[in-house]
Amino acid sequence: MTNRPLPRGVAIVGAGMSKFGAFPDKNGRDLFVEAYKEMRRSVDKGIDPSAIESFYLGNFSSDLFEHQGHTAPLLADAVGLTPIPAARVENACASGATALRQGVMAIASGMVDVVLVGGAEKMTNLPTSDVTDTLATAADVPFEIAAGFTFPGFYAAIATAYMARYEMKPEHLMNVAIKNHDNGALNPNAQFGVSIQKWMEGRIASAITKGKPAPTWGDIWDFLHDDSANPMIAWPLRLFDCSPITDGAAALLLVAEERAKDFTDHPIHIIGSGQASDAALHDRAVLTSLSAAKLAASQAYEMAGVSANDIRIAEVHDCFTIAEVVASEDIGFFAPGEGFKAAEDGMTARTGAKPINTSGGLKAKGHPVGASGVAQVFEIWKQMRGEAGERQVPVDVPLAMTHNVGATGSSCVVHIYERRN
Amino acid sequence: MTEITETVRPFTAASYNQYLAEGKLMASRCTDCGTLHLPPRAICPKCHSENLEWTETSGVGKLAGFTVVSIAPTFMIEQGYGRGNPYVSGIVELEEGVKISARITGVDATKPQEIKVGTPLTVDFITVGEGEKAKTYLAFKAV
Repeated sequence: MTNRPLPRGVAIVGAGMSKFGAFPDKNGRDLFVEAYKEMRRSVDKGIDPSAIESFYLGNFSSDLFEHQGHTAPLLADAVGLTPIPAARVENACASGATALRQGVMAIASGMVDVVLVGGAEKMTNLPTSDVTDTLATAADVPFEIAAGFTFPGFYAAIATAYMARYEMKPEHLMNVAIKNHDNGALNPNAQFGVSIQKWMEGRIASAITKGKPAPTWGDIWDFLHDDSANPMIAWPLRLFDCSPITDGAAALLLVAEERAKDFTDHPIHIIGSGQASDAALHDRAVLTSLSAAKLAASQAYEMAGVSANDIRIAEVHDCFTIAEVVASEDIGFFAPGEGFKAAEDGMTARTGAKPINTSGGLKAKGHPVGASGVAQVFEIWKQMRGEAGERQVPVDVPLAMTHNVGATGSSCVVHIYERRN
Repeated sequence: MTEITETVRPFTAASYNQYLAEGKLMASRCTDCGTLHLPPRAICPKCHSENLEWTETSGVGKLAGFTVVSIAPTFMIEQGYGRGNPYVSGIVELEEGVKISARITGVDATKPQEIKVGTPLTVDFITVGEGEKAKTYLAFKAV
């Protein structure tokens, strides 16, 4: 597979996201408008919208979630950008990063200089069983779903294969959930802006207020082991191992590198891009890593001319806690079988040696599937520019990475970002 | 007298399901490079040949990964499964080396910690519904 360098440099000069959560009175379009307005405000020297030449939207399934297709021109029109070309990009939960890659390629090709990249998903209209069925369409339906698999089920199967191969226990996965909720507690846009400790204390206080017997959890480990507080979804994955059902949107402004100074003195350059595809989970040689992720990461590293040691922080696709463990190995932060230990040792915490998911990740920030890959970049943009507020990492971030996975790794997109001043 | 000729079924999900209904787990084999494909394929991903044949698998394998599903999809809820009645789904590695997703039977879904990766399995079939509405699902049973 060829992996040529970008023929022309691409920089991010603006980024915005809506609040993530459940918003009964807002549709996907409304949420995208919020993200777009935030993006406009983030451009240091301002943006004349008539300069935007093309729009790529990451969206998984507005058709089934909202009964609304043909979404890209609708959203372009909602922010006043028709008649520029608009196209929706669908790669399940990797739709967002795939849309970003289309934007990168459009600018790198020389066809356009200024591109809007968006991601949007409105998921909470449907009851949980219908959301489960809609997400299941990202799998190989006649062969995988017929076996009774759900998405938590797939990642649970990866977890059992991982546990059989390495020394991991289900308890180790709780470290990922605890860390990501700690980060989400510092993110004003997060769906769950609360640590698991505070969550537990809230449940106890609520029981006392209602005159019910107070739960006797001694600590968050008791809480996480309690089948009523943290019910099993697909063994060994419990509720707190799973990302939530979320409404949300995000937007980025990409420009040709030579135009970046017209918009900001602090652009974030995209210096590496990789993408790969794979067969259904059962049709792979190994179940304990995602080969599409490893390949996408190696392509991005090669294009950027950097290694995993150089990357300070990463936003990875933690749709389930086991997914973050596997991702941390697939991008080369840790050796195979070491990812769960790194999480246990605090290496991936905000103040650790290799911070992962400082935003709270999909787990706590929320996972509006088509928006997630774009919202990951929003976090990187904030951290690299020193604008992440309370959750700002304590080290300078000249190099960072995003890792966005579709389904169980049937698609994966990795990008590497550089700040040059 | 009309001559009856056996025609090769197309390499499709419909043919695969038809074979399941007949109690056979069928794979495709590339007649050029010999690679076995499960699920069956119409084009060999290894050598890109379009020359394939159906071949019945041994039906003998072991558990490569699994889960016990408590929050079930709609079609399984309709079969009576869910929070109070979880079921096991898994990925089975056949002795031929190929893997497939299947329901796992003959294990205790209420004791997932006792289900082990590596458990020996043999092919089984679960038929739901009757007559025109009957559908056969692939399963593997713990030996």
